[in-house]
Amino acid sequence: MTDMLLLDDSEPFDAPSPAVKLGKRPSRNRSPRAVRYVFRFLVVGYLFMVVAWPVSLVAKQTFAHGLSSIREALDDPLVTSALRLTAYVSVVAVIINLVFGVGMSLILVRRRFPGRRILSALIDLPLSVSPVVVGLALVLTYNRRDGFFGKTLEAHGYKILFANPGIIMATVFVSLPLMIREIVPVLEEIGTDQEQAARSLGASPMQTFRRITLPSIKWAVVYGVVLSLARALGEFGAVKIVAGNVAGKTQTATLIVEQTYQDFHQDTAYATSFMLAFVAVACIVVVTIIRPKEHV
Amino acid sequence: MTVASFDDATTTTSARANRPAGGSSRKRRAPRTGALTLGSGLGLGVGMIWFSLLVLIPLTAVVVKAQAGGWDAYWKTITNPQTWAAIKLTVEQSLIVTLVNVVMGTLIAWVLVRDDFFGKRALEVVIDVPFALPTIVAGLVLLSLYGPRSPIGINVANTEKAVFLALAFVTVPFVVRTVQPVLEQLDLEAEEAALSLGASKFTTFRRIVLPSLAPAIGAGAALSFARAISEYGSLVLLSGNLALRTEVTSVRILTYIENGNTASASAVASTLLLISLAVIVLVDIAQRRIARRD
Amino acid sequence: MSIEVRNVNKKFGDFVALDDVSVNIPTGQLTALLGPSGGGKSTLLRIIAGLEFADTGLVEIEGQDVTHLPPQKRNVGFVFQHYAAFKHMSVARNVAFGIEIRKRPKAEVKARVAELLALVHLTQFADRLPGQLSGGQRQRMALARALAVEPTVLLLDEPFGALDSKVRKELRDWLRRLHDEVSVTTVLVTHDQDEALEVADEIVVINDGRIEQIGTPDQLYDAPANEFVMGFLGPVTRLRGQLVRPHDLEMFAADPGGSAVGTITRVNRVGFEVRVELTAGDEAVLVTMTRTHYHALGLDVGATAWVRPAAGAPTVGNPARNPVADPISEPVPG
Repeated sequence: MTDMLLLDDSEPFDAPSPAVKLGKRPSRNRSPRAVRYVFRFLVVGYLFMVVAWPVSLVAKQTFAHGLSSIREALDDPLVTSALRLTAYVSVVAVIINLVFGVGMSLILVRRRFPGRRILSALIDLPLSVSPVVVGLALVLTYNRRDGFFGKTLEAHGYKILFANPGIIMATVFVSLPLMIREIVPVLEEIGTDQEQAARSLGASPMQTFRRITLPSIKWAVVYGVVLSLARALGEFGAVKIVAGNVAGKTQTATLIVEQTYQDFHQDTAYATSFMLAFVAVACIVVVTIIRPKEHV
Repeated sequence: MTVASFDDATTTTSARANRPAGGSSRKRRAPRTGALTLGSGLGLGVGMIWFSLLVLIPLTAVVVKAQAGGWDAYWKTITNPQTWAAIKLTVEQSLIVTLVNVVMGTLIAWVLVRDDFFGKRALEVVIDVPFALPTIVAGLVLLSLYGPRSPIGINVANTEKAVFLALAFVTVPFVVRTVQPVLEQLDLEAEEAALSLGASKFTTFRRIVLPSLAPAIGAGAALSFARAISEYGSLVLLSGNLALRTEVTSVRILTYIENGNTASASAVASTLLLISLAVIVLVDIAQRRIARRD
Repeated sequence: MSIEVRNVNKKFGDFVALDDVSVNIPTGQLTALLGPSGGGKSTLLRIIAGLEFADTGLVEIEGQDVTHLPPQKRNVGFVFQHYAAFKHMSVARNVAFGIEIRKRPKAEVKARVAELLALVHLTQFADRLPGQLSGGQRQRMALARALAVEPTVLLLDEPFGALDSKVRKELRDWLRRLHDEVSVTTVLVTHDQDEALEVADEIVVINDGRIEQIGTPDQLYDAPANEFVMGFLGPVTRLRGQLVRPHDLEMFAADPGGSAVGTITRVNRVGFEVRVELTAGDEAVLVTMTRTHYHALGLDVGATAWVRPAAGAPTVGNPARNPVADPISEPVPG
């Protein structure tokens, strides 16, 4: 009652953050107009020459004769079986990465155990390993002549190399850190307050995860899935070494691109490339559009 | 001279509770975390087995294989003229590309954060394309603009420039994406303070902005170098893989593998791993130096 | 006149931040720009500093037209609410920054920095990084850094806004004494009326991009130009349509003549002060008095009481014979 009678002149002392101020004052800290235009020109020019123009040319080459190259490519049983294999391998790899990524992120952020920091550094390792080295590493370990595990597995009738398991392993290897790199920072940022509140209200660990944790890391997971998927669809070097490149059996879409290009079936190469590029770019565009700016 | 006496002890304690939120103090506040429970321990175990089978043991196998023939065999492989030329070319071009990325990546991040114009969001997508595009497609893509059928009459296929171009393409996002978030979080008022103290725009950038960005630029550069040095897919169609001229290390390793010479392949592969590691450590040291310099 | 602002207009998109503002800020004094958040006071300060440019109008500092001059050529010291510390530099390097930019000899820089650090009591923290200081210490560092360039004017934008109330009060006292010693022309932006009343020689009240009143703290408090100024500088209540301060109202148990009559609806004691609410006609009136005074009256909830403004009490607004149904003042926006 008293408060209503008094003119309320007290106000909370939280001034708008610099970011909010920036939004309100678009003129803040801007470079002079001329400098801005030069920078803009350099950036747009560089990205146009190195990325945008070349990429758009693939679409142009593909549709130079209307839809005929795409149709031709899709009529080729080798191409369709390669696309099917790529789709299958990518989906399996993404699912494995999803389970491993979410689980590992939770353990790395929420648990303390000896070796945690080393593990979290090691998990980034696959990003800086050449795909060729990945292939070599898997070959050395799983080949049936003298591989660490290859001999035993072969004896029990399991075939890793030159078969789907090898292709999947190579694909998972190269895309392994992507999911974790997206989820870990978000988990660190949100802290455990909400989870503890949920627990105190009687939620079971499973309920807490499903109703509190999962919604907050949703966008990180989505982004991780998209990046993994794009990486999985496009893996080339590692797969080339472990797959054996048997046409119609272990030949993935990227391997078909190389082979058809080198065999002077350039239309098929461009058409297949276009389909792969289309999916990759579509993934990025969709995520850029649907991801909220502040994704927590 | 003394104007007022200060009880610094009080000031410190009372202000501690009042640190601006969102700063490092908040992030460093350790979330209450527990030791391993039965469930999470089991999860960690399964995860570690999978990670070991997939990554750790195979990579160890490469290093073990490289050492199997002894130092002499290793040295002989590396100093083979063709292999040495490949390593030299790869490292040189990766360094040049990383340098270009440091400048262009920072500039791109700057424009994305500080400028606003029609089509900026499209630019965001363009930056991510090289990351998402299959590498073999990346090579084909570059070939269509800078190859023998170039619509602008620039043909770099099968030259050193092709190696540079391919590496520049695939490493576009790294510096941009590490610098951008740091630039977004930067304290605009610190820059304004420098200006009001008489510093020019350029001095403000050099002395206030750049030191804050340096760690991010360094991290981006390290990622970019690691990626460039290990690149394979985008070079297959573009560089022609000419021995002593455009053959990069990855291609060299593959040749060894295809010839069944896994020992030599492992020797070169471990060299590659070693160089990556050395650069990452060097960049880390350099960053610490910069952070401590002022 | 040290700072002269004439007919300044500033818009951010559709938002009018400053609407034809003119003000003179005298040399050597400490002037406060007081008003609610979003009222335009920070924008005015930033325009004086050159961190923002007026759409139209003129800014002069010490007779020099600086309207189009960039901040680095204005020789102003600016202190920000969130310190704007150069995080990668030590406290001493922060303070030295402006002097180094001016390419002074090393020995001079060193001596000046030492002098300033002593002035703000940070000598023993010279080699620390700003991150290792408390908020109050950081703000003192920022002040020393701004003073280092011997600015023509010192501009403080909510300098104590991010600090807790105890430190804020300490720094406020200290700033006043510092100003008495250094006596550089100082402009302080604040939304805290106590801060303005306590430290400023002169206060400029700004609201909605317009200047409401300019005057000394006493002038503003005793003769507010309008309801906004009166309401912003302290608690107010409404009696017979007029705005008046609750502690300027006298309450009686019997009719003393010329008073409004009402029924006490609520009594609330806060420390030494007693807040009495009564309903007089359609109005809810608040009266504050000391505990002793209240007990002497012998009144309680439900009793009839008479209220009138004390002799000479400032009031704003026209007395209404039939007060309107909505007596409760709108809170100040912000």
